[in-house]
Amino acid sequence: MRTFAELNFPGRLIAVEGLDGSGKSTQIYLLKRWLEAEGVRVYFSEWNSSELVKSATSKGKKRELLTPNTFSLIHATDFADRYERHLLPLLRAGYIVLCDRYIFTAFARDVVRGCPPAWVRGIYNFAAQADLTFFFKADLEVSLNRILDGRPKLKFFEAGMDLHLSSDPYESFRIFQGRILEQYLAMSTEFNFIVIDANQRVEAQQGLVRQLVSQRIDLARFKRVSPLPLPPPVRRNRPAAEFDDESVE
Amino acid sequence: MKTRSQNDIVIPRPGPRRFYGHGIPGVQLEELVGKLIVVEGADGSGRSTQIARLVQWLETTGHATVQVGLKRSTLVSEELERAQEGNILSRTTLSLFYATDFADQLENIILPALKSGFIVLADRFIYTLMARDMVRGMDEAWLKNLYGIALEPDAVFYLAVEAEELVQRNLSKSAALDYWESGMDLGLSRDMFDSFLKYQTAMQAAFRQLQKTYGFTIVDGNRPVDAITGELRKKISAVLAGK
Repeated sequence: MRTFAELNFPGRLIAVEGLDGSGKSTQIYLLKRWLEAEGVRVYFSEWNSSELVKSATSKGKKRELLTPNTFSLIHATDFADRYERHLLPLLRAGYIVLCDRYIFTAFARDVVRGCPPAWVRGIYNFAAQADLTFFFKADLEVSLNRILDGRPKLKFFEAGMDLHLSSDPYESFRIFQGRILEQYLAMSTEFNFIVIDANQRVEAQQGLVRQLVSQRIDLARFKRVSPLPLPPPVRRNRPAAEFDDESVE
Repeated sequence: MKTRSQNDIVIPRPGPRRFYGHGIPGVQLEELVGKLIVVEGADGSGRSTQIARLVQWLETTGHATVQVGLKRSTLVSEELERAQEGNILSRTTLSLFYATDFADQLENIILPALKSGFIVLADRFIYTLMARDMVRGMDEAWLKNLYGIALEPDAVFYLAVEAEELVQRNLSKSAALDYWESGMDLGLSRDMFDSFLKYQTAMQAAFRQLQKTYGFTIVDGNRPVDAITGELRKKISAVLAGK
């Protein structure tokens, strides 16, 4: 599996992965704010957010219509839509794309739901490897408590109730999340996860994330020429140098 | 038609059963005692006419039937329809959307019906979906993996009709050609008529390619309706007899 850099895309893709409640969404949000402030062209994309399948997913979840296969396929459809319509063009255009969950979420979750790993990986093999993948590793109890404190009522699929692990949603959630964690850890080396200790303070984690991003990616290359996007030029015969100048501030 | 006595009703005999790939976990193949009959073919190939006639014949001979088809799932059919209207789907998305629609019907209709001993008539199956995707440049191995969840039908009939004849039938029926059935998303031609011919010819080539792997029966759909029904009935009778 090759990264976008290895495939010679001008853009770079940074993914965050981790259990619900690991704090990954907070971290990628703070990363986005920093990159924006630095004037970097950045785009954020969230798992399961495509307008295309939203109503089907919520209908499937509400009415408990989903099986492990359709659960997997509907998320793959959502991903393909975002990938082909947003991620690829933006990466071609030289953006830094931030993904709150990437294909590894499917690799972990769908497999825990009983889909064969080879089938799931085969379906997602149209997607390139992320250039950087941060895995936020919190103690299972910490993740569980964050979710359970903030949102006392667990949703059916979120708790993995479809797996019949336990009739108690809280117990089911614990077992389900524990299994997902096992899957993540098992693929950590294979996919070059950068493991961040998510039991640390928010600021400490963010400091580390920013440091790693600036070490691994030459951010200057991704900065906008001007702080705000310019309207497209009316005439195309201007010298190209004007657009390559990165010193404009 | 002569009245049938109870003894004339044929109880279908079991035939070989398998999934194309890993299938659906937890399904006991020997419990799927019904029969799965697939009719494939382009719009205008006579699929719906033949299926309606087969249902009539099967039900009068004592078999319970269920019909499935593309874009008929509870889960995503409306969403898929809406997305296609906007022409916003890129090829992988389109492919996975249809696969979701298929999987929902497979698990929630086809398998339970077969378990209850129904004859399931499928108005197209994975082959049309695969052929469409192949024509759009998708990888055959990727598609094979994706549809590894599918059950091998007891019989698959592909109604082969020449592209020129399909044009005539579609125009006489609705005085228009369908955007997707003309492959307009492929940019083969800006002229819908030309595009339809090119697309359907490419689809037929894809079906011939798939036939090598899946070995379905090609039925000459250029013949009169009765002749085709006769051939289908004969072949389905053999399937019901476990041959």
